[in-house]
Amino acid sequence: MAYSDKVIDHYENPRNVGAFEKGDETVGTGMVGAPACGDVMKLQIKVGADGRIQDARFKTYGCGSAIASSSLVTEWVKGKTLDEAATIKNTQIAEELSLPPVKIHCSILAEDAIKAAVEDYKKKHGK
Amino acid sequence: MKLPIYLDYSATTPVDPRVAGKMIPYLTEFFGNAASRSHAFGWKAEEGIEEAREHVAALINADPKEIVWTSGATEGNNLAIKGAANFYKTKGKHIITQKTEHKAVLDTVRELERQGFEATYLEVEPNGIVSLEKLKAAIRPDTILVSIMMVNNEIGVIHPVWEIGELCRAKGIIFHCDAVQGAGRVEIDMQKLKADLLTITAHKIYGPKGIGALYVRRKPRVRIEAQIHGGGHERGFRSGTLATHQIVGFGEAARLAKLEMGAENERIRALRDKLWNSIKDMEEVYVNGDLERRIPHNLNVSFNFVEGESLIMAVKDIAVSSGSACTSASLEPSYVLRALGRTDELAHSSVRITLGRFTTEEEVKYAADLIRRKVEKLRELSPLWEMYKDGVDLNSVQWAAH
Repeated sequence: MAYSDKVIDHYENPRNVGAFEKGDETVGTGMVGAPACGDVMKLQIKVGADGRIQDARFKTYGCGSAIASSSLVTEWVKGKTLDEAATIKNTQIAEELSLPPVKIHCSILAEDAIKAAVEDYKKKHGK
Repeated sequence: MKLPIYLDYSATTPVDPRVAGKMIPYLTEFFGNAASRSHAFGWKAEEGIEEAREHVAALINADPKEIVWTSGATEGNNLAIKGAANFYKTKGKHIITQKTEHKAVLDTVRELERQGFEATYLEVEPNGIVSLEKLKAAIRPDTILVSIMMVNNEIGVIHPVWEIGELCRAKGIIFHCDAVQGAGRVEIDMQKLKADLLTITAHKIYGPKGIGALYVRRKPRVRIEAQIHGGGHERGFRSGTLATHQIVGFGEAARLAKLEMGAENERIRALRDKLWNSIKDMEEVYVNGDLERRIPHNLNVSFNFVEGESLIMAVKDIAVSSGSACTSASLEPSYVLRALGRTDELAHSSVRITLGRFTTEEEVKYAADLIRRKVEKLRELSPLWEMYKDGVDLNSVQWAAH
């Protein structure tokens, strides 16, 4: 499979890899996918007092496109409000990374991961 | 050392330069049609073909008259299975094969099912090898054909085809053996192996692509129906002008294989063991398939919590495969590994490394180092590895399957 330069760049130099302190109240965590399907994404967002996402972290088990999609969204969500972050669409991710049709599900998973992280944060804070 | 390093010898092998050298004059100089009986051009081509037939027959200790040229293993398997089933269909309609056969066998048997035959697909044991007892139990009074491969293409395990041959012979059932991955790697002697039909191909033994052979036993005689008609070449088994240069190449490759197989296997086994020894101390690493009853060329390993496709991308300096090359365009985990009872996770995390004639010690060392480094890097990226390290039982997690 031929990957685009952007996928290769994110894959070889993934941004914001890792995890935040466990029990940090300002962090929302989304984990989506299943090992049996060949990909699992864990995305974390750290939300500031102003309600904007200050920082993000990810870990992904999956193909190069899945790793690149999650790496990319950690960059995109920074500085956004929760509602703004939740509007990121898989089509934008797929377009930015020039994902081939068989890899579109990676971008859908990344969109789901953002939504799940936002959901988790909102649930923690009773919103 | 030249990069990338080729470690996918079970997918195909390079043509040995000695083989290529033999082939070239048959393209430009001795280009005649072997069926032309009226002039020297035809005679010369026929001579080359018959010499090659002797070499290929010698590799498996068969009579040259038992060798039928085909376009490759897919055609060979089709001709053997469809040919035998169609010829013996008045005797019965039941065929037995097993789940980790190559698609060229499985899809052919499926097609025969569509035509009204019945098939049993045997499960393999967790070590990847078919059980003789289960095969015995699956035989019915109307079983006409058993098709079991000699060596599995993904995991390299060797099936008990010698015992299966005896069993089928005793029961009067035709036995077809796909020996594509066995030829040149495992000693094959058709006086000892009681297969009636045996498929081999040139491009797995350092010959060219596009040429294979089907062994069709003469004593006791097995009958098959031709699948390609038009001229009655190859004693009616397979019509079509013979590809002289391909056949000559196959012959030379077979001659070299017979000559060098013993020493080559020992050298490759030492390299494979070195490779395995330099990665086996890593955590959560599993060999797929029996490590003993296996060709020395193959190492199929699962690195738990690392996804196979991303690993292959990470180790792009070495050419290896995830699952088999025929299915690697799909996102399905390997059906062979699933048949061993491997979880989807482990099946998704597998890499097949196959060594061959031109693999060097330096290359193996480079590959082992690269794999170690990249697996560690990808595990740092893996949420599953993190959970495993935190003591979370992944089977207890409610995953959202998608």
